[in-house]
Amino acid sequence: MQKDARLNGCAFDALCGPVSLPDPAQVQYLEGKFRSGLAVQGPKQFEEDATLAQQDTVEPTRRDFLYIATGAVGAVGAGALAWPFIDQMNPDASALALASIEVDVSAVEEGQSITVKWRGKPVFIRHRTAEEVEAAKSVSLDDLPDQLARNSNLPADATATDEHRAAPEKEPWLIMVGICTHLGCVPLGDAGDFGGWFCPCHGSHYDTAGRIRKGPAPENLMVPPFEFVADQTIKIG
Amino acid sequence: MSTMIKMVRSFAAVAVVAVATPAFAAGNAPHIERQQWSFAGPFGSYDRGQLQRGFKVYREVCASCHGLRLVAFRNLAENGGPSFSEEQAKQIASEYTVIDGPNEDGDMYERPGILADRFPSPFPNEQAARAANGGAYPPDFSLLAKARAAHRGFPWFVFDAFTQYQEQGADYIYALLTSYPEEAPACLGEDFSGSYNPAYLGGSVTAEACADEHLTGGPIGMAPPLSEEIVEYTDGTPMTVDQYSRDVAAFMMWAAEPHLEERKKIGFRVMVFLIVFAGMLYFAKQKLWRNVEH
Amino acid sequence: MAGHSNYVPQSAAAKWLESRLPVISLMRGSFVDFPTPKNLNYWWTFGGILFFVLVAQILTGVVLAMHYTASTATGFDSVEHIMRNVNFGWLLRYLHSNGASMFFIAVYIHMFRGMYYGSYKAPREVSWILGVIIFLIMMATAFMGYVLPWGQMSFWGATVITNLFSAIPLVGEEIRTWLWGGFAVDNPTLNRFFSLHYLLPFMIFGVVLLHVWAFHTTGNNNPSGVQPKTKQDTVPFHPYYTLKDFFAIVVFMILFAWFVFYVPNYMGHADNYIEANPLVTPAHIVPEWYFLPFYAILRAVPDKLGGVVAMFGAIAILFVLPWLDTSKVRSGTYRPLFKQFFWIFAGVCVALGYLGAMPAEGTYVLLAQICTIYYFAHFLIILPMLGFLEKPRPLPASISEAVLKSGSGKPAGAAAAPETK
Repeated sequence: MQKDARLNGCAFDALCGPVSLPDPAQVQYLEGKFRSGLAVQGPKQFEEDATLAQQDTVEPTRRDFLYIATGAVGAVGAGALAWPFIDQMNPDASALALASIEVDVSAVEEGQSITVKWRGKPVFIRHRTAEEVEAAKSVSLDDLPDQLARNSNLPADATATDEHRAAPEKEPWLIMVGICTHLGCVPLGDAGDFGGWFCPCHGSHYDTAGRIRKGPAPENLMVPPFEFVADQTIKIG
Repeated sequence: MSTMIKMVRSFAAVAVVAVATPAFAAGNAPHIERQQWSFAGPFGSYDRGQLQRGFKVYREVCASCHGLRLVAFRNLAENGGPSFSEEQAKQIASEYTVIDGPNEDGDMYERPGILADRFPSPFPNEQAARAANGGAYPPDFSLLAKARAAHRGFPWFVFDAFTQYQEQGADYIYALLTSYPEEAPACLGEDFSGSYNPAYLGGSVTAEACADEHLTGGPIGMAPPLSEEIVEYTDGTPMTVDQYSRDVAAFMMWAAEPHLEERKKIGFRVMVFLIVFAGMLYFAKQKLWRNVEH
Repeated sequence: MAGHSNYVPQSAAAKWLESRLPVISLMRGSFVDFPTPKNLNYWWTFGGILFFVLVAQILTGVVLAMHYTASTATGFDSVEHIMRNVNFGWLLRYLHSNGASMFFIAVYIHMFRGMYYGSYKAPREVSWILGVIIFLIMMATAFMGYVLPWGQMSFWGATVITNLFSAIPLVGEEIRTWLWGGFAVDNPTLNRFFSLHYLLPFMIFGVVLLHVWAFHTTGNNNPSGVQPKTKQDTVPFHPYYTLKDFFAIVVFMILFAWFVFYVPNYMGHADNYIEANPLVTPAHIVPEWYFLPFYAILRAVPDKLGGVVAMFGAIAILFVLPWLDTSKVRSGTYRPLFKQFFWIFAGVCVALGYLGAMPAEGTYVLLAQICTIYYFAHFLIILPMLGFLEKPRPLPASISEAVLKSGSGKPAGAAAAPETK
């Protein structure tokens, strides 16, 4: 009978089962051995032929190393081939180039804010007055709906003290991502009941350290990764 | 076997046709010599020093007319290129002025470049470039090394696929820069005040008086830009026109193909994998088919 | 297509699906148990290779489309953005551009295989015609795809070819304006070409399914041209031909990788790295290599409409090939005179390709005209006559016999009658 070269150990009966055209005389044997074992009739133009050519009757060993090894090499190749297709959707080099920006803040006087675009988002940079800093420091943690600092430069469990919100050693400087933590609108500066920011979309009030005090926003405004690379230059991201 | 002979015969007939027909273009098209480049061949790579020198030539000689608008300053610090340090690349960027804006007043303003910026062009648009250069447009360098290639007739273009000849652009740039004659041919006339370059692909000599001389190339809008010691090399490399031409051509090749090294590196691994895998599949196929009369 | 598998679903899930949509038995019947002639040579692997390249083009094309912007202002730069900034963008772009060339290399071999072995003859006329339709859609797809990078050749190739439509009498100019969406190739043209370039490969896919259905209905042809008579003449498609096709695909990938990684711009044109300029025409406008033979035919006829008719005629004639070849013998293996003319025809096609790249001057013009006339003569004069004039070699009685005697020369016993159907 024709050489049988079925794949072994397959879990999917759709792909398995006999792949040779069994000898009609051997149907019984085949039905016992394979999962789908009815005689294959073949295309209509054939006649049933009882005398089959004598061919090699040796069955291949069940786990032929060559087939397994070839399959494994193929799988590795397929994985390697797939990677560029997946990676091309990751941010490209020009986007990554803007992943960090440097901002010159020498023109930002006390009491002034600027907004810069970082990774497509607005970032508030505020040079706070002494009063604003005082006001922020005088708030006790218990009054805050969100007691975590939300500062990317600190551990996740840091508390929302003013020290943990402002720039280290430069406490007048406050750098925050200007996206309301409720549903993503941009809050307005110098507004709201707490001297800080107010989000007009649903009425969230942030204080002078950008912490949520009143309204539906769940979290304080996020402080992005940043550092002062020079006295008047901030690198964000 | 006789089929093979038939095949060979018919292709030979084609070849005879192809070679026998007069190489029409050869009369006026320059023949561009093939040069040696470090980045040629399956294991080619850019020479860092050469790219840095080439960049210097670009900056000091070419950049006044030719842009490099698709290349970003950060590319200068990337692998597979001139490989300046990030600090050096930042420094280079800051020496350029780029236009940004609009600011809060609605105006465009100038500021020093940062790594993310691309090289600013010397002219705001093509029309300004032509106006400043007597009607000729100095092409941008970003892709020039891939945008130029001399015609390679039969059978050379067949061999080129096997020898992996992809440096036609660099060869052309080198040829152009080193082919300026001392004087323009007399047949162009005493009134001819432009520059003539026998390697120039973009022009031809149409003057009646020159018809018999079969001059290749033609008048070119760019006067010879390079001369001995025009750019200072601090690493001891000879400061000759030949060297400058090679270095700037290599730099331009990098500008056009910044991923060349990565491409060839991955290519080697892919070829090895495929050849091994094909071998395994061949043996698997043979094994499977051994018992089938076919 | 159905009927070659008596698959009986075993698991509950398989039974549920089979009773609602018998895809599993369809797939098994078509690609697993399907009885395939056992003597297929490697020229038969190009169908599988073509399918692989189609899938590759669709995959690379879809991811490229995530980064490409179709506009005259940004198209050229977006392709450079892909080449320089997108992760592995250079690889995806070179895979796609060289993949198009590989697609045509494979399709030409596949077509020549069909012509040599008489695969277009009854009962496979519809398979052949569907194939020609696939070829036409491929050409349209490739043409529009080449416009997208918006280089000089993109623009001027588009201009030359769309201008041909104005040769159509009466309505030519209106059709051309309609194609352009304006008074010249411009942004509307580019945008619609992008849309259609994305669409057409899926049309190709559909016609490929019909193409496979057709030759599964008649059964595959084979190098002897003699139909399988018994089961011994065939083997199940899986694993014999799945493995052989897979091997051939990997070998083809070696050639593909050679181009992509080492000579990625070999089959392209340097002028396409110059941004399109409607005011400056390149010295020599040349289409991509796979269009060169047709380009040569177009230019061979001095009259504009005549050239267009000849060019489209060169493809249209393929549709009627099954009826032009009068021989009762299917495979070129047994047609010694046909073989010679086949190779001459192949040589003429290569010559036309070379001439298409040359300037339309001097001796080249005459040679292109001679080759064009020969091209049509092959189909209209030589093939019909050969059927009557040729004395074919005796056919084997069956594939098994052909295979047995392939090493040992003439069969013992009387020569079999020529295969008629």
